[in-house]
Amino acid sequence: MPHSLSTPDVTTPGGLLLVLAVLVPFVGMLAGMVLGGRGTRRVALAILVAGLAIAIAIADALVRSGAAVVYLLGGWAPPLGVALRADGLAVVMLLAVAVVIGGIGAYARADFGTPPGVREARAPLLFWLLLLAVWGSLNLVFVSGDLFTLYVALELLTFAGVPLVSLGGSPETLRSALRYLLYALFGSVLYLLGAVLLYGAYGTLDILLLATRVHPEPVAWAAAALMTVGLLAKTALFPLHLWLPPAHAGAPAAASAVLSGLVIKGSWFLAVRLWLDVFAGVVTVPSAQTLAALGAAAILVGNIVALRQARLKLLIAYSTVAQIGYLFLMFPLAAGLAAAQLDDAAAVNGGLLQAISHATAKAAMFMAAGLVYTTLGHDRIADLRGVARALPMTLVAFALGGASLIGLPPSGGFLAKWLLVSAAITTAQWWWALVMLVGGLLTSAYVFIVVVRALAPAPEGWTPKASVPCYQQAAVLALALGSFLLGMAVFCPVDVAGIGRAVVPGIGSP
Amino acid sequence: MTLALAVDISLALLVLAVAGWIIAVRDTFGAVIGFVAYGLLLALVWIRLAAPDVALTEAAIGGGLTGALLIGAAARLRGTEAAARAEYPGALTRMLAAILAVTVTAALAIGVLALPDPAPTLAPAATASLAMTGVGNPVTAVLLAFRAMDTLLEAIVVLLALLGVWSLAPDRAWGGCPGPRRLVDPDGVLAYLARLLPPIGIIVGLYIFWIGADLPGGKFQGATILAAMWLLVIWAGLADTPPISRTWLRILLVIGPLVFIAIGFAGAITAGAVLAYPEGYAKPLIVAIEIALMPTLVLTLALLVAGAPQRMPLQ
Repeated sequence: MPHSLSTPDVTTPGGLLLVLAVLVPFVGMLAGMVLGGRGTRRVALAILVAGLAIAIAIADALVRSGAAVVYLLGGWAPPLGVALRADGLAVVMLLAVAVVIGGIGAYARADFGTPPGVREARAPLLFWLLLLAVWGSLNLVFVSGDLFTLYVALELLTFAGVPLVSLGGSPETLRSALRYLLYALFGSVLYLLGAVLLYGAYGTLDILLLATRVHPEPVAWAAAALMTVGLLAKTALFPLHLWLPPAHAGAPAAASAVLSGLVIKGSWFLAVRLWLDVFAGVVTVPSAQTLAALGAAAILVGNIVALRQARLKLLIAYSTVAQIGYLFLMFPLAAGLAAAQLDDAAAVNGGLLQAISHATAKAAMFMAAGLVYTTLGHDRIADLRGVARALPMTLVAFALGGASLIGLPPSGGFLAKWLLVSAAITTAQWWWALVMLVGGLLTSAYVFIVVVRALAPAPEGWTPKASVPCYQQAAVLALALGSFLLGMAVFCPVDVAGIGRAVVPGIGSP
Repeated sequence: MTLALAVDISLALLVLAVAGWIIAVRDTFGAVIGFVAYGLLLALVWIRLAAPDVALTEAAIGGGLTGALLIGAAARLRGTEAAARAEYPGALTRMLAAILAVTVTAALAIGVLALPDPAPTLAPAATASLAMTGVGNPVTAVLLAFRAMDTLLEAIVVLLALLGVWSLAPDRAWGGCPGPRRLVDPDGVLAYLARLLPPIGIIVGLYIFWIGADLPGGKFQGATILAAMWLLVIWAGLADTPPISRTWLRILLVIGPLVFIAIGFAGAITAGAVLAYPEGYAKPLIVAIEIALMPTLVLTLALLVAGAPQRMPLQ
């Protein structure tokens, strides 16, 4: 079983922090709604700091106790009540999201201020409220131990994410937002149908209890298939990625960073949670291979289409389509390791690192593209001359983020791909290693093109359209540096992600 | 064949027929009317399945509120209906949609047919712990005690949906009144209804809300009726929608979740866990939460139907 059930489910020290991690962002959102205008931004920035402190405290509680942090809401134990649980996987994601949200918040301070002379403006107010809502929902996705509470978390994430797409307010962005809404709701409904089937068959929605009760039988297969497809649509895995690039085309840079870096990681994390912890004995190796095959197709198609883009923002968006593919290579690798009676930590940690290094790198790259747009007044890749002179820090950040996407050492992307490739070789699934290599080559091609174009000297007498504040550039550089140095995690003395998780029975092994 | 079975079979056939009609009919307005009928029929199905709480919610939210939202959307789409019909999805898209729908139905059918009989259920456990919550309706106990977190977060989901609707406002109308200005016809049928119905509707809505603690009913169903009464008065032109920048409006919109969270955290001190209630005070605290949620839900549901702010109030 994924977790030891020998000890009864009880609230652990530090458990209350999990409730705070979920509810503090929402309290900030509610308070921000009442205060309105400039007060909203002040509240949001204060909550960013408080939330980061809460995430660090949770990590401390986890490492100290060496076991998952648990809180029983209302004192009611599952199956009647709802438990919040944070194992290593959840805590690492909590921390990463807190850092990325902090970086995006620092960047967005300049873009989403209420203009002088107005008490309140639409886009700034909504951006800060939605940012807090996205954060609270993601934290709930990471720590919830109950499939229905997780459905509520997905709904929160949808309704917080969709308006971010159309903050600009033009008709095209409304069209993309509506398309995203339809994909996301379709995904939610499929997930909910699966959860209902599981409750009908096993009488509980609690993840730990379900893990002990599910058997490989038609109802479990039907539930697993419905929920997985629903989550793939929300994660924008090829071929369900069609909503993602248009959603980014017209969204503000900070909103794109939230969507591409964070929101899609919520549904991906839930898919990982289901496959590793709930359906470990139900899903089969061929189904895991299918997920990875879709991931491989995403890597190839996404990267090739990215190479053909004329606009920087769309190039980064298609690069996200490709990077999502890597996130799904971990499934057959984890299955293969477990089937060979080996520790699946290499594959799981590889997937987790890929998620975090992509979140930090992609948030930085979208925000860098936003600064380029402000400075040049456009983001045509063919005409990036002068960027190096006007925005040196931003260009370095873009290159560092790109290096992490390619997988150059010592970046987080390098360590992630190293772990995944070594797992692929250990389990004799060399074809996935090949896909990762080709993907890295294609990625390096478009990162190289952008950097070379940006290094070209500006024409005589050229001046930037607008100047950007230094702290915006610093925020972008900090996130990109974080992604670039994430590979140092290999020197971390404890395998934090593995805390609270015992050896998982392999996918396909009953 | 018993009478009950005959009723059930004809109800099932009717639901299927209306569902087919909604898909087949090309006129948006016709499909919306079909959808409202479908919601009401489903409410009857829930009554036949002995789930009156679900039936009330389905009738209020599924039939009533969603119906009102869709009718509003259909009315706005009327002008572009002919143009949209030219973009009617091709045979391939429709075929793919059909394959998808059939696959999902098949997966569900496999799952449902394979369910154990009798199905495992938490209903006895919920009933056994009912006494500790002080309420008589097990559904209310699930919503406000055992799974209070879900209810709290769902209230925030509805609020986020409202923010999503507001986000569609033009920048110059931000802070203004939702929906178009209604013309007053003091002798019209609508104005007559708007004077006649609200007193009765308010009493019915409050009754359904209050009875929810012990019998089928509750805040969501009651709030829908109260919201409908308010909207009736607005549509008749007897009152206007409030500008969304008003502080009192913002406070009422968030008061439900905020009181819920405050009582929840107080539970950590007085009862040993967040969202737990101290012994003997469970029922009053649950009722307090429900009362605080009422204005939030009434306003959110009504403003969702009213739409995005689009004009500044007359000075």
